[in-house]
Amino acid sequence: MFSDYSLAELGSIFVMQGFAGLILFSVFVLMALGLAIIFGQMGVINMAHGEFMILGAYVTYFTSQFFLNFIPSLFNIYFFVAMILAFFASGALGMFIEWAMIRRLYKRPLDTLLATWGLSLILQQVYRSVFGPREVGVELPEWMMGSLPVTDMVEVQINGLFVMGLTIAITVAVAVLMYKSNWGKQVRAVVQNRVMAGAVGINTEKVDRYTFGLGCGIAGVAGSAFTMIGSTGPTSGQLYIVDTFLVVVFGGAQSLLGTIASAFTISQAQSTMEFFLSGSTAKVLTLLSVVIILMLRPQGLFVIKVRR
Amino acid sequence: MTKTGRTFFLRPQDMIGIAILAILLLVVLPLTLDNFRLQFVGKYLTYAFVALGLVLCWGYAGILSLGQGVFFGLGGYCMAMFLKLEASSVENTKIQTTPGIPDFMDWNQITQLPWFWEPFHHLGFTIIAVLVVPAIFAFVVGFAMFKRRVGGVYFAIITQALAAILTILIVGQQGYTGGINGITDLRTLNGWDIRTDSAKTILYFVCVGLLLASILLAYFVKSSKLGRILVAMRDKEDRVRFSGYDVSNFKVFVFCLAASLSAIGGAMFTLQVGFMSPSFVGIVPSIEMVIYTAVGGRLSILGAIYGTLLVNWAKTSFSESFPELWLFGLGGLFIAVVLTFPNGIAGLYQTYVAPRLGPLFGGAAKRSDATPPAPPSSGHAPAAAE
Repeated sequence: MFSDYSLAELGSIFVMQGFAGLILFSVFVLMALGLAIIFGQMGVINMAHGEFMILGAYVTYFTSQFFLNFIPSLFNIYFFVAMILAFFASGALGMFIEWAMIRRLYKRPLDTLLATWGLSLILQQVYRSVFGPREVGVELPEWMMGSLPVTDMVEVQINGLFVMGLTIAITVAVAVLMYKSNWGKQVRAVVQNRVMAGAVGINTEKVDRYTFGLGCGIAGVAGSAFTMIGSTGPTSGQLYIVDTFLVVVFGGAQSLLGTIASAFTISQAQSTMEFFLSGSTAKVLTLLSVVIILMLRPQGLFVIKVRR
Repeated sequence: MTKTGRTFFLRPQDMIGIAILAILLLVVLPLTLDNFRLQFVGKYLTYAFVALGLVLCWGYAGILSLGQGVFFGLGGYCMAMFLKLEASSVENTKIQTTPGIPDFMDWNQITQLPWFWEPFHHLGFTIIAVLVVPAIFAFVVGFAMFKRRVGGVYFAIITQALAAILTILIVGQQGYTGGINGITDLRTLNGWDIRTDSAKTILYFVCVGLLLASILLAYFVKSSKLGRILVAMRDKEDRVRFSGYDVSNFKVFVFCLAASLSAIGGAMFTLQVGFMSPSFVGIVPSIEMVIYTAVGGRLSILGAIYGTLLVNWAKTSFSESFPELWLFGLGGLFIAVVLTFPNGIAGLYQTYVAPRLGPLFGGAAKRSDATPPAPPSSGHAPAAAE
């Protein structure tokens, strides 16, 4: 399959596909970060994660409409407002769901899977009834459109670059929050030994609620970023959920670094293969290799030893 | 009451339960429903095979598989391949560029029957394949995972990924599998036209017969020593392992059994409905099949059958009149069954109905199987009456 291309062409194909892979990587990382926090730290399977992301996307869409119609002079910066709104909308919904549903199910992880799947069906139908079944797309502000030429065969899109920058910023923020702040210390303490953490005065229920809210909030931001590169419909979230779960499991559920590494591997493999094979074959091969590797190394790429 | 109970694998209340189900499916429904509705029930019952497998696999052994649609689909596709080959004989496909191969292959410029289609010319091979292909697949997956002590949530996610992979594969390889449309236009089974009303009625009874046989098999497994080990494993896996049992072998076995049962359902689905498509393989149908079991009661063999019938009946009647409400209903059902009645209808029956029926019928009239109410998967369940 390589023989049809010259060496220079192959090089730029790999660069371009690598760049497309980086955009996919950013979406994976943003979705997987929230999921890794919820699944890795709390052991809860949130099948409705995609729907939290879509909520963020809808919030962004409506913010952009609002700015467009009422304060067009500030349209260039609407995205930052939208992102914050998306974070709080998804986070608030997440905390409500934790209070209403998840906290009753901590001891039955498989049941959270079913319950959150039910939640995702309900949310999808809510989106369909409220926002309509059609996919919506946001209008990008001018500075995000176009692309930067790197060489005469390679060029990169600005919105892609922006999403990547955003991903890096959020990842750093999450890492600082989890590993440097007092609150992150509490979360990790609860993960390692819930009873002991409670005994030394950590309010474990509160930590659970905020952790879940944070995970969902990051999903909202992911949805916000997602509008930059694709359109949003009621069922867009479901398309990504299985891939994202594989990313998290493949990386080793408790390790944020592992999540990022596996998101990188999976997205690059998929987008490079997509150029040479058909899209579906590339996806099948990627998922299949992930599943086979997981069968050989079930604990994932990176493991933190946790005493259970 | 326990006169025969110890020597025979069915307790009296089980026998009564099975008899009531048999009468309902073999006599009451065929007499009261018209042909159209009866075919619906027949279709639902094919899902009941999957639900039955899930009771053994999930309810008793604690292995939640979100990929049962894979096995349902494999069974269904095996049967569909045989029927399709019979329907695309050289006389029937004279107008094609290559006569004698299925029409979708011709549309996709394939000129020769792929090798894996060849054996499906024979009915005997097909029937064996329906049972064995999914079991082999389940064995490979189960062996690799259970030997490495992967379980619980990880297993669920990986089986879900498998369901996604198979769907994408079937849709993508249009020339070999019929793509998104599936394998359609199936006509005869060894010369017997399966599209007529009488044939469909006969197939309904065949399906009920197979289901009742599978129920007996499930009861047999449940009451055997194997069944007890499965339950012990679910509740305290380490303890069973330390007692000297190789836990993974039992898990692999029950997973393969559930796969074969699902495949029978899939094959019967193809025969009764007349086509097979990837929309019965993927993530969404697979997880819906789990909800049938959950609603019926994950610990109750008969409960799962009633659960399947009930959820599907609700789905059909809701989506006929209020298509928008159905997803709310289904989603709410998922949440409610997990939060408020984790043992499903069978659990409710045991808690509220059975104790009242007991004095009336001398305790023998328990319809659902009276398993001692064990907590689902792990953790706390509402303590039902002993």
